Amino acid sequence: MGKRVAITGVGMTKQRSSRPDVNGQELINEAARMALEDAGLTRSDIDAVVIGNMDHFEGINYVDTWSVDGSGALMKPIMKVTTGGTTGTTVAMAAYYHVASGLFDRVLAIGWEKNSESDTTGAIITAFDPFWDRPIFAGAVAGLALEATQYMHLTGATEEDAAYVAVRERKHALNNPYAHLHMNLTIEDVMKSPYLSWPVKMGDMCPRTDGACAVVFVSEDAAQDSPQKPAWVLGVADRHLWAYTSDPYANQAIENGWWFPAMEWSARELYDKVGITDPLEQIDVAELYLPYSFAGLRYMESLGFCGRGEGPALVRSGAFDMGGKCPVNPSGGVMSSNAIGATGLIRVAECAWQIQGRAGDRQVPDVKIALATGFGGCFWSDILLFGAEKPEKSRG
Amino acid sequence: MSEEKKQLITIESGEAEQPFRWSAGTYGSRFLTELRDHKRFVGIRCPKCGKVYVPPRRVCGPCFVELTELVPVSDQGEIITYTVVSFGFVDPATGKQKPVPYGYAVIKLDGADTYLLHYVDETDPAKIKVGARVRAVFEEERHGSMLDIKYFELLER
Ligand SMILES: [Zn+2]
Repeated sequence: MGKRVAITGVGMTKQRSSRPDVNGQELINEAARMALEDAGLTRSDIDAVVIGNMDHFEGINYVDTWSVDGSGALMKPIMKVTTGGTTGTTVAMAAYYHVASGLFDRVLAIGWEKNSESDTTGAIITAFDPFWDRPIFAGAVAGLALEATQYMHLTGATEEDAAYVAVRERKHALNNPYAHLHMNLTIEDVMKSPYLSWPVKMGDMCPRTDGACAVVFVSEDAAQDSPQKPAWVLGVADRHLWAYTSDPYANQAIENGWWFPAMEWSARELYDKVGITDPLEQIDVAELYLPYSFAGLRYMESLGFCGRGEGPALVRSGAFDMGGKCPVNPSGGVMSSNAIGATGLIRVAECAWQIQGRAGDRQVPDVKIALATGFGGCFWSDILLFGAEKPEKSRG
Repeated sequence: MSEEKKQLITIESGEAEQPFRWSAGTYGSRFLTELRDHKRFVGIRCPKCGKVYVPPRRVCGPCFVELTELVPVSDQGEIITYTVVSFGFVDPATGKQKPVPYGYAVIKLDGADTYLLHYVDETDPAKIKVGARVRAVFEEERHGSMLDIKYFELLER
């Protein structure tokens, strides 16, 4: 059986549209030093580092080597992990696996991105097949627009339903000093914003952000010395599928009862392992990788908060607002900050802060269980659950 | 821009090119040759689950078996989902801004079980529908690429 693992330190840069005052290594160092200080540790206490960012976004490879002075990994084991949009959550999962294995007691997980350094859509396109995808594929915005059209067709959801999510996320961000966008929007503002790729408008999409995040994962033994209340990892699951960019819209999946197989499958697996039978009742707060507004409708269904097509009504009831049954993205989420390689890890960091009661003006009262997700590429999914109580055992 | 920001130096990657040479594989090459020389689509059938993959590939992921049986599929099909792309971005294949707007859809060809992503000859989203019938229109000059298909034309509006 694996060791039980907790988060005891978090560091995060303020998320900004552009950080020309630092290079990648210097940006990484800001988050790394903050996380170590938060955990009451020094560089010499760290046994290993896991780091990740998006392939091709900065056009500079080998972050695991050139960042060692900034990441703290100098002459230590370090591993680069890059899985697209899920990079930040996969970095967290890899750090968790390191510690749960019993081979490492204290591991520093780092996710970062300088999205300002390239054309995001152009960079994303290079992740895909040069024959079948690249000549036509128009990156994340258009890919998500295809999902939104299909979702509206299947459920009757509207652009206004999605705009509700966009407004909610930006309102939440007003409470988060780390968020990139601080915008007090109305549904009308979102509806009037220009189409990027119908039905997705400017107001529905995440921004491009520069930022870094670092999180300290420690074993149950090392957690005893922690100055912070440990935020325990209850379990993690992930699923990748689909080879080409047109695969996720497969009717076979829908006919077979799967709308978003990777997320539905990973959520079910993790809920079963951890004992979540009613997510809306049992999960106190969720930090979800919602890259655009329609995700805040559809993914609530995929995560089991409600049935198929019931997302818009549940969202508009305020269940996921601050003060609602399960507030989603008190931080303002991905629609308010998206330094992609850091984004998934920020979801994890925000869950830890919520469990520790350290989330400031965005704190949800008395958080016992928190959910984080990562989303990426051809609709794949990482999912992680955190708890205030030490679990009976570690679950992978 | 603030005085402080003006003093911060950035550089452009410039005109640098990094050429690659990718392989389409045996079946991918066959698909592209059929497009180029005959304006025809070819798929491949899984011996275990019977699913027809377009473009043809060597392995069926769920069955994890090798595929060998090439089968013809239609140049007509239906729209599964669609959008109209209107934001500007850099096409990494050319380094230039992709001309917008354009219709963009996931298309199921008759006889295929998988989907293709391609252009549609319509930029008004109100005129495109899920389930609408489409047909491939080919370029006069073809080079063995997905862009040998100019776009899919809507057969009903
Ligand atoms: Zn098969």
